[in-house]
Amino acid sequence: MDGSAGRIRAAPSLLLSRGARRRQRLAADLGQLFLLGVTSLSALAVLAIFFFIARDAVPFFRLEGFREFFTSPRWYPSAAEPEFGALAIFAGSGLVTLGAALVAVPVGIAAAVCLSDVLPFAARQVVKPVVEMLAAIPSVAYGFFALVVLAPLLQRSGGTVLAAAAWIIGAPVAGLLAFILADLGADHAPEPLQKRIRLGLLLVLGGAAATGLWAASRALAGLEISSGTNTLNVSLVLGIMALPTVVSVSEDALQAVGRELREGSYALGATRAETTLRTVLPAARSGIAAAAILGVMRAVGETMVVWMASGNAAQIPSPWYNLLAPVRTLTATIAGDMGEADHVTGSARYHVLFAMALCLLVFSFVCNLASEWVLHRSCRKAGG
Amino acid sequence: MKKAMAGVAAMLIAGAAAAGEANQIVVDGSTTVGPIAKAFAEHYMQKHPEVNITVSESGSGNGAKSLINAACDVATMSRPMKNSEKKAAQDAGILPIEHVVAMDGIAVVVNNRNPVADLTTAQIRDIYTGKIRRWSELGGPDEPVVAISRDTNSGTYECFETLVMDQQKMASPVEYTGSNGAIRQRVMSTPGAVGYVGLAFTEGVKTVTVNGIEATPETVVSREYPIARPLYMYTSGRPAADSPLADYVGLAATEDGKRIIEATGFVALP
Repeated sequence: MDGSAGRIRAAPSLLLSRGARRRQRLAADLGQLFLLGVTSLSALAVLAIFFFIARDAVPFFRLEGFREFFTSPRWYPSAAEPEFGALAIFAGSGLVTLGAALVAVPVGIAAAVCLSDVLPFAARQVVKPVVEMLAAIPSVAYGFFALVVLAPLLQRSGGTVLAAAAWIIGAPVAGLLAFILADLGADHAPEPLQKRIRLGLLLVLGGAAATGLWAASRALAGLEISSGTNTLNVSLVLGIMALPTVVSVSEDALQAVGRELREGSYALGATRAETTLRTVLPAARSGIAAAAILGVMRAVGETMVVWMASGNAAQIPSPWYNLLAPVRTLTATIAGDMGEADHVTGSARYHVLFAMALCLLVFSFVCNLASEWVLHRSCRKAGG
Repeated sequence: MKKAMAGVAAMLIAGAAAAGEANQIVVDGSTTVGPIAKAFAEHYMQKHPEVNITVSESGSGNGAKSLINAACDVATMSRPMKNSEKKAAQDAGILPIEHVVAMDGIAVVVNNRNPVADLTTAQIRDIYTGKIRRWSELGGPDEPVVAISRDTNSGTYECFETLVMDQQKMASPVEYTGSNGAIRQRVMSTPGAVGYVGLAFTEGVKTVTVNGIEATPETVVSREYPIARPLYMYTSGRPAADSPLADYVGLAATEDGKRIIEATGFVALP
């Protein structure tokens, strides 16, 4: 970077007078200073947010201590003797985020691989903007959909919907896997049998996947959902909302791997599946990891959808992986309780919301640092 | 920071209100009283086009806060002002004056397909404390009860808590929603759901009788119905006689006002 800047600066010096050169450099320096100012302003804003939230969060811990907040699941902030146990709410946020990640990460990465290495270029040009359009839908519209369409649907015919969803998600994934595995398996066979072995493997794997899916969908179809505003509902919707982030970032990472590596892999005799699985994906794995982290951050910070459709029941579901129970998340609690809590400024009930905000902020800060670190590592590796 | 922002917003709105003299009335507060405040505003502005009334619904607590911050002229509330709020108002140099505008009954609603027709206050309490978990315990089908409450942020919640819950805490599986409409929506679409809403929000769901008494305007005004409450408008100091503010708040006592209250589904005071 320095070298190229030096060259650019050196070239005009042959043509320009000393005064013009000085003026130009002054203008460049001023511009740099201005940009530095703008950049540090946004950095300062982040620091200020941290400071102001921490300032209002600290009194809560001073009033109530750490133990109840982090270890008790009892959340009764408005009772005569208030209890501020946020464990159930942390669990709710965690569950919802986990569910969203389970939806967004596999589907998102599969979609990214498909976009960058499988689909023809023309199809990619159409599909990618459509996926990215998911990010443009306002979250309240997602929330309305979750509350008015998805929740009653889950209650009325939850089992059937789940079974259908298992097929819709499971079938393409299983199909893709079967193709890739059959490809890999057939490679080791002697040349004349390759085609037949490939077909045979494909049939066997496909059959196994179909049987598995059939069994799973039968089990799911038997489920009855008494309340449709639950972890599953918001996980699905949050997963869809996080999808564009995951797809976009990991597709960029896959594209960044470059033609040379792919052609090198083909030149060594690798098939398309081998190239994708063993060359492209490992080369892009830092970018893909960063995509997953960004998707998780999108899910954990979302407020409107979870407030409208998670049920907001401050409980730890039993068993903990029961996705059909309503839960309450940090973001929804902050949004829902702010109105009433605000006028009693100085009370624990007011400050507890800032304590939650601080926890969220620390979490997304850590996530952000992690994704920065992962991306940085990948850049360094790609560069040298 | 939020405080500072609210303060700035309050100053801006107060400034605007002062600039608009008495022809600008800002109403904020309860989502329950909101429909009355809006209908009153429409009625009043039709007769007095020179007066501009804006009504927002941000919850009783927020209404009180706005009044204390001088961000509104009328705070609509579905519960009386708490002592802590009165004290905060006093500290801010504001004297809140209470006007009872109407009565509201909190109806207990279930899904239309639910055969349960009557619940006692104790049974309702047991549902929300988690002691009753299946409708079969109340003579209904063998289905889990999905208890739905308003957010702790709402006046309806506090009213229900005071009149029904008797100092007991709601069970952790109870779901919370942000508005009367959201509860109605959830109960309408959920077979096992039970919720509580203002009397004006019972369309499309089944209202159960409480202790054998139906939630009707008559039983609400006579306080026979156990879950009934007055609705309030609070002004900052007593409004000057014949000012638009006094006329607006005083609409409740006029024949027109009573008709409007009935039309919005609440109960006018006799």
